[in-house]
Amino acid sequence: MIPRPRPERFRLRRTMMFMNAQKPGLIKDAYIYGCDSIMLDLEDAVAENQKDAARFSLYHALKTIDYGDTEVIVRINGLDTPHWQEDIRVCVAGGADGIRIAKCESAQDVLTVEKHVEMAEEEFGVEKGRTLLMAALESPKGILNAYEICAASERMLGVAISGGDFRKCMQTKPTRDGIDMVTARGMMLIAARAAGVQCFDTVFTNLDDQEGFEAEVLQNKAMGFDGKSLINPKQIRYVHQVFAPTEKEIIQAEKIVRAYREQSAAGVGVFTVDGKMIDIAFIPGAERTLKLARACGLWEGDLV
Amino acid sequence: MKNAVGRDIPDFLLENGKEVYQGKNYMDGKYLQKAAPKTRRYEKPQESKIVESLAEALKQCGAKSGMTFSFHHHLRDGDFVVNMVMKAAIEELGLEDLTIAASSLGAAHDPIADYIEQGKVIGIQTSGIRGRMGEVVSKGKLRTRAIIRSHGGRPRAIEAGEVHIDIAFIAAPTSDCVGNCRGIGGKSNCGSMGYAMTDAKYADHVVVVTDCLVDFPNMPASVEAIDVDAVVVVDSIGNPKKIASAAARISQNPRDLMMAEDVARVIASTPYFKDGFSFQTGVGGPSLAANLFLEKYMDERNIKMGWAIGGICGPMVEMLKKGKVGKVIDVQDFDLDAVNSINQTPNHFEMSASQYANPANKGAFVNKLDFVVLAALEIDTGFNVNVLTGSDGILRGAPGGHPDTAAGSKCCIIVTPLIRGRMATVCEHVVTVTTPGDCVDVLVTDYGIAVNPLRPDLIECLDNAGIKHVPIEELKEKAYSMVGRPDDLQWEDEVVAVLEARDGTILDVIRKIKPYTLED
Repeated sequence: MIPRPRPERFRLRRTMMFMNAQKPGLIKDAYIYGCDSIMLDLEDAVAENQKDAARFSLYHALKTIDYGDTEVIVRINGLDTPHWQEDIRVCVAGGADGIRIAKCESAQDVLTVEKHVEMAEEEFGVEKGRTLLMAALESPKGILNAYEICAASERMLGVAISGGDFRKCMQTKPTRDGIDMVTARGMMLIAARAAGVQCFDTVFTNLDDQEGFEAEVLQNKAMGFDGKSLINPKQIRYVHQVFAPTEKEIIQAEKIVRAYREQSAAGVGVFTVDGKMIDIAFIPGAERTLKLARACGLWEGDLV
Repeated sequence: MKNAVGRDIPDFLLENGKEVYQGKNYMDGKYLQKAAPKTRRYEKPQESKIVESLAEALKQCGAKSGMTFSFHHHLRDGDFVVNMVMKAAIEELGLEDLTIAASSLGAAHDPIADYIEQGKVIGIQTSGIRGRMGEVVSKGKLRTRAIIRSHGGRPRAIEAGEVHIDIAFIAAPTSDCVGNCRGIGGKSNCGSMGYAMTDAKYADHVVVVTDCLVDFPNMPASVEAIDVDAVVVVDSIGNPKKIASAAARISQNPRDLMMAEDVARVIASTPYFKDGFSFQTGVGGPSLAANLFLEKYMDERNIKMGWAIGGICGPMVEMLKKGKVGKVIDVQDFDLDAVNSINQTPNHFEMSASQYANPANKGAFVNKLDFVVLAALEIDTGFNVNVLTGSDGILRGAPGGHPDTAAGSKCCIIVTPLIRGRMATVCEHVVTVTTPGDCVDVLVTDYGIAVNPLRPDLIECLDNAGIKHVPIEELKEKAYSMVGRPDDLQWEDEVVAVLEARDGTILDVIRKIKPYTLED
């Protein structure tokens, strides 16, 4: 058994790579590509009559493979299927870091899953509260209920939009400028920030269209997403590159954090750095920049 | 006696001045007496050298039992010529005790295994040995010890007279009636004929076998009529589909791509990566894909590759045509794009195996190489590489140009997945040392990069570029932690093949395999 540390609710999640939980060749060492999280899929990637086989494969992968500090999340089947309860038992028994609730439409969906997670934690002697949750919003109703979903549980780490299903509901197709989903993305982002959880964008499925992919990632970053779901390892490096802070941002953040510590020790609440007014409101952002810089291998300090 | 890579070489092999491997450049500055062939004079003008059949050509060249016949492997797995010639010699002429000296042999030559078992073929000298032939040699069925040489070691041995070729057979996609040969213009095209060139110059007799007779003179000739005794026209010299693949495609496998990108990052971090740099890469997944990522770095820094060598395939020809590389010089072509380009695209040239890689001549291309990217079946913690024997100890590979390019280049990068199936690629001790660790500089795997401690300068380059690397022992342990630590192979004492280092010293031996029996 590979002991995994207690999952962190808030951590770096720039890239979440989907893989079919049924494919040992894929999941045996998915961590080598350097994504922040891997998303082992029990849902759409697994054929209806293979759900059991996939659960076995998943359980043994979780128990025997050392994924190191790559987060391991499992996408379970929707609550309208006969599979989700058994999926949850397998995730918890195997020690997955988190569960992604497919087709989540309400706070009640989160609470239903949470209840079963709690039962499974009890059943398998897993520390209570260990297993994190995230919700995939795949319908207009899910988007409209985004805030209550985000705020439904202390286990919630974030929400993600699932483009395929959402566009189907909206009767739209992917567009170059993202206009087809801009409202939904925006609403979800606002809800996630309001509830204090993270927010992730959907996959980009046309692997031959690198230009389109890059445009979407840049838009994600500009809109304020924490990260993106991916379908292929070759998408990882670009996302990390885009989500990395610039050298200027890092220097600025370091100055702010350093100055804040000195000033607050001296009893000063508001001060200037390079001519800009700084107070406590700037600190979490600056600290986040430094953490991100360190995770990207761009900064080696110990301020955060 | 232990050699410089720690291999125990039996003393009985060290006769007639044969030495064990002493480390790279050991033979530097020594003198070599070349062995000239004894060739027949063709003073009286003749209209044509075409003879009716292979048997006739063999008779005309005085073929007899005990002789050594040479072959080249440009037709790769599509080759018909080796089997045709040996059949004529053995089944039509009744010859015995023959030795095959080939630049490489593959699965296409499975029928030769029968002649080995029948004792008709008693000697094999080659770079590559695979398929059934590898199995029968590993089982000790060949009467003499096989000799395995690199692509540079072979012309060295031929020139030094260590292997004397009685009759060289040239598989020629086109020839004229007196034996000027080219690798293009016919129906079984192979492009470069570089491996055949030394054979033609040093064999007592030379027989051209072609399936496409063209008008005299067939120019520019790869093998020239001045060295040719006879020309035999056959229906087909090979299967074109297996000679050159349609087009080598760059892998889409994410693992290969990730390793290829790391190879390019390593290359770009060294001081050798500057305008005019030289490069060779293999055609395996990650090696070939390295081209793609290298091009990005070249564009970024606005530099061009000066020249590339090797076995060549489409992606490199593409770079030549785009003006990203100045010259391409090749000894072999792997796909139709390369076959159709050699001597046609400006600055795409042919070279001989000696010119490519011979350590004993005065100007081999490998000695001017900045970078070479190579694969490996196994690599051990001493950076020794095996590309010859399988994990079962059986001959199923080829040193090829691996040891030559590794020794000659300034930066030799091995790229390989850490494990293949249940086999650890990075291991404690390779089964056979085909490329000594002192010639290998960097290892790139899917689980991390390791730099040979003999190259602190390269370690510094990687550190400065922020490229993470680990001790090679860590990669080995990671591999064993996943697939387990293998038991040692079991061998008989009998040596079935001698592996020569490129300089002619003995690098390793391959012993008869002991059939593995499971305990009850």
